[in-house]
Amino acid sequence: MNLGIKIHKLDFKNPVLTASGTCGFGEEIADFIDLSLLGGIVVKGTTLKHREGNAYPRMAETPSGMLNAVGLQNKGVDNFITNIYPRIKDLNTHIIVNVNGSTIDEYVELTERLNEMDHIPAIELNISCPNVKEGGMAFGISCPSAEAVVRAVRKVYSKTMIVKLSPNVTNIADIARAVEGQGADSVSLINTLLGMAVNSETRKPVLSTITGGLSGPAIKPIALRMVWQVYNAVKIPVIGMGGIMNATDAIEFMIAGASAIQVGTALFIDPTIPVQIIDGLSEYMERHKMQSVNELIGSLQC
Amino acid sequence: MCMKKTVTDFLLLENKQLNKDNFRLILQSPHPVSDLFPGQFINVEIKDAAEIFLRRPFSILDVDYEQQTISLLVKILGRGSKKLTESKAGQTISAIFPLGKSFTLPDKTDRILLIGGGSGVAPMLFLAKICGLDPGQINVLIGARSASDHIDVSAYQQFGQFYFATEDGSLGEKGYVTNHPVFSGELNQFSKIYTCGPDLMMKSIGRRAIAENIFCEVSLENMMACGFGACLCCVEDTKTGHKCVCTDGPVFNVNDLKW
Repeated sequence: MNLGIKIHKLDFKNPVLTASGTCGFGEEIADFIDLSLLGGIVVKGTTLKHREGNAYPRMAETPSGMLNAVGLQNKGVDNFITNIYPRIKDLNTHIIVNVNGSTIDEYVELTERLNEMDHIPAIELNISCPNVKEGGMAFGISCPSAEAVVRAVRKVYSKTMIVKLSPNVTNIADIARAVEGQGADSVSLINTLLGMAVNSETRKPVLSTITGGLSGPAIKPIALRMVWQVYNAVKIPVIGMGGIMNATDAIEFMIAGASAIQVGTALFIDPTIPVQIIDGLSEYMERHKMQSVNELIGSLQC
Repeated sequence: MCMKKTVTDFLLLENKQLNKDNFRLILQSPHPVSDLFPGQFINVEIKDAAEIFLRRPFSILDVDYEQQTISLLVKILGRGSKKLTESKAGQTISAIFPLGKSFTLPDKTDRILLIGGGSGVAPMLFLAKICGLDPGQINVLIGARSASDHIDVSAYQQFGQFYFATEDGSLGEKGYVTNHPVFSGELNQFSKIYTCGPDLMMKSIGRRAIAENIFCEVSLENMMACGFGACLCCVEDTKTGHKCVCTDGPVFNVNDLKW
């Protein structure tokens, strides 16, 4: 039984990755699982310079999900290269860096640095963070600006470039086609949906930023629909995410067209879920007499 | 050696209602609970509760190392804690533990003051029990709205001198803990102050400790999702930038905070 999948030129031992911003640099969940079992780890959103992120409160629990407004808190790429990379580079799973910027120049400069890192085989270009004032999602919600970032980064990045898409758009398939046209090797979706929470007693917003990104099972049907739409619109592989809590959820995304999936918010509830999903996938394939997990991808029977 | 963090299925041995809003849950772990200290917490799953998605963090009230049990003080604050207090003995409860950093244990010569407000009394009782000082060196000040909001602490009174405050004067001194003579008097008779409770209470304690240059640690309870440093939601804006309350805390020295 073969769980291996391919994204562009990159082979993954299985299609289960952890999503950016939900497991730090992998180390945060290393007590709970053997990280080398994972297909890959997409590390915390990284920027050129240190960012303190948004003010507290940054989180609100919502029905079957949560809002966050962390705002890309991270210590910058220099800290990543000097302090974190040496600790995680030999983990025996693909380490993918989630790349963010306020300007195209920042995306390019950061990507140039990462292109030189031998043990970073791919980047996830984040043009969909809803929690920053400049850049982030602003790039990902129109075709011309998404194209401009991807075009600029493609010129300086020779390895696998995954572009993470925002669901906060009229037609996500158009954006996917636009970034494919500029050389993206894969698209990952969905980032969080822009949402809001209000305290009725105080009449104040719950989050310091008023709005935040919604994640968790509440968004799964939307994510599944968007993965299916994008799968039918592009030729490059799709990485699906949005509310995946178990193997059945993961399988649904693959049937809808995802070549791989990312587990995000579920890690906050139980960081062992990615391993449970890998086991569940094997069990499903055995039950359905599948030789390769690739037989699942886009196998929706309409 | 530090215990590894795990997702553990505990057996609920006992769920006892202590007063109107407070319950004590005794959870038995299948593994040893050797290295658990006051201030640390566990993040508990709330099962079968519509719409409740995240775990709920609780400070540790007590540990029985031989029986491998952890006691929690659960106060009903919302739907999550309410659902948890409806749990029955014999039930399995999933929790992630151990989480967070504990209070700094006192030195042999210290004279310490522990101040607990509301459910913040839990880590104070645990600290009084295991800090290793003689009862004469340990002073515990507990505040609540009224006598009926206080939990029975008689099992812990052998470990130190206890003082009580209530807003309505129905038990101990009338007023807040900060109005109690043991706090409002000669505070520098104490070499270390530890506190856990409402933010405003801890702030006024912390500010006076700073002013009088007394060692003071506080336990914060910012809203969190994961409890193990992954989500970055529970940050406190400290003098050295945003720190995760779950991993850099929940215990902080007041001098590190922007109080």
